[in-house]
Amino acid sequence: MKTYNYTEKKDTRSGFGAGLAELGRKNPNVVALCADLVGSLKMNQFIDENPERFFQVGIAEANMMGIAAGLTIGGKIPFTGTFANFSTGRVYDQIRQSIAYSNKNVKICASHAGLTLGEDGATHQILEDIGLMKMLPGMVVINPCDYNQTKAATIAIADYKGPVYLRFGRPSVPVFTPKNQTFEIGKAIQLQEGTDVTIIATGHLVWEALEAAKALNEKGISADVLNIHTIKPLDDNAILKSINKTGCVVTAEEHNYLGGLGESVARVLVKNNPAPQEFIATNDTFGESGKPQQLMEKYGLNYKSIVESSIKVIERKNN
Amino acid sequence: MNFTLDEFTSQVRRDILRMVHKVNSGHPGGSLGCTEFLVALYSTIMNRKDGFEMDGIGEDLFFLSNGHISPVFYSVLSRIGYFDVKELNTFRLLDSRLQGHPTTHEGLPGVRIASGSLGQGLSVALGAAEGKKLNNDPNLIYTLHGDGELQEGQNWEAIMYASAKKIDNIIATIDLNGKQIDGATDDVLPMGSIKQKFEAFDWLVVEIEKGNDLKEILEGMEKAKALSGKGKPICVLLKTMMGNGVDFMMHTHAWHGKAPNDEQLASALAQNKETLGDY
Repeated sequence: MKTYNYTEKKDTRSGFGAGLAELGRKNPNVVALCADLVGSLKMNQFIDENPERFFQVGIAEANMMGIAAGLTIGGKIPFTGTFANFSTGRVYDQIRQSIAYSNKNVKICASHAGLTLGEDGATHQILEDIGLMKMLPGMVVINPCDYNQTKAATIAIADYKGPVYLRFGRPSVPVFTPKNQTFEIGKAIQLQEGTDVTIIATGHLVWEALEAAKALNEKGISADVLNIHTIKPLDDNAILKSINKTGCVVTAEEHNYLGGLGESVARVLVKNNPAPQEFIATNDTFGESGKPQQLMEKYGLNYKSIVESSIKVIERKNN
Repeated sequence: MNFTLDEFTSQVRRDILRMVHKVNSGHPGGSLGCTEFLVALYSTIMNRKDGFEMDGIGEDLFFLSNGHISPVFYSVLSRIGYFDVKELNTFRLLDSRLQGHPTTHEGLPGVRIASGSLGQGLSVALGAAEGKKLNNDPNLIYTLHGDGELQEGQNWEAIMYASAKKIDNIIATIDLNGKQIDGATDDVLPMGSIKQKFEAFDWLVVEIEKGNDLKEILEGMEKAKALSGKGKPICVLLKTMMGNGVDFMMHTHAWHGKAPNDEQLASALAQNKETLGDY
């Protein structure tokens, strides 16, 4: 079993900020837009270094999405920044018509996704955004797991031509993936090799999946762990390869089980190789105020739930 | 061009009527009302390059925000040379590039953004205008919007942004025909003085009283062009007659989204001479 250590915790949004700053230095076509959340999105360095390539649009997300679409005409690569809620649900039709249907090269960068936004509560804690965005034809959906991977993903999507939804968060989480990694859109990353159960996780739940695998190992259960940073296009082959070996799966995400990663995995299984699946996700509910860790505990989005669900899904497989 | 703008206009009217008649769907009223404007824009006002490139560097760009008037847009684009006029035959049919509302999805030359869901075009145009500034491209951005369309809130986000950011390379035209699907704009949702609203948002406003008169359009748009580059966005208020050029389609909102039957088509075509040859 591989050992994963971390020396520091950092927020994934800062990974976005660092990636954007690096892009600003190496790609003159990259431009950034923000709807009055520069500090929250960690965009300051890009703005300081490239003031002429930054557009502060004020609290007007619909307008921001349209401006971003227009900026692509003439060759710019716009990165929009606001909270995940205001990056998706609030502007769904703008994204649908002016970006997705028009196939514009816009990168929709969304922070504070999920419950871990914390104290602001359910108005800001979107748990439906992955579903909204993955349903849009042609939209790539990415949810990286730590600072380093978010930075790498930010840099990588500038080289991909087409609309992308990049989802990240507010809390500090362990930094355990390699510095300066190459990010490959749509390619799952195998973190642990195991034979009894597959754990497929995205975003903040990837670290929890590793913790769960460690705890399971102590119980004599061997878990295969996949980091699915790209929810669309989904790495069907990696998922099937793992489940062909283990025969059951737990999916884990900071999102509603309706419309999330779990449903995408279920689709792949039903079509190719049906297997028992348990979902670590919110259960068709809104969030609430609280500390990020308290919320993840209350809504069952941590390594303990993954361990319990793993044991349960293995029992289902064996019965 | 070896024909007059009046001849061009008459042919575009015929195209619009024949297109919507053939598929018994589409929006003739607003299309006919904006025929002179789009003819003037594409034939004379805009600085256009031959061929079509999405990025449109080194030329003026046009964005149609009220996408339901696609018949006039398609007719003018084809007649000016972006694609074969025969393709007008495919309007709203299966597998056509001429979708009910304009789209880039099928790769139709001349179209740079999908529109139809209203209120989005001005934001897109502002992005393109900012792009021109970043590229040091001195050319202009033109847009067209319905007056009823201004009821969509996103427009006002964009209108506020444009003056705040001193976007002075955009000329946004509002088709003031006073009508929308459910009736007169003044009955559906009165908007008061659109001129005062734009001026309150610090735009420069040019009014074209006779928005179906080619000479007045050309003069008004030249005036608007001369106002560009002065630190403020420019709005043209174009007073048009919905259904212009077809007697029974004028003075009513009934033809917003309704096609003529065979008899009505014959009457409408008799009022508009075939000049450049029907497609």
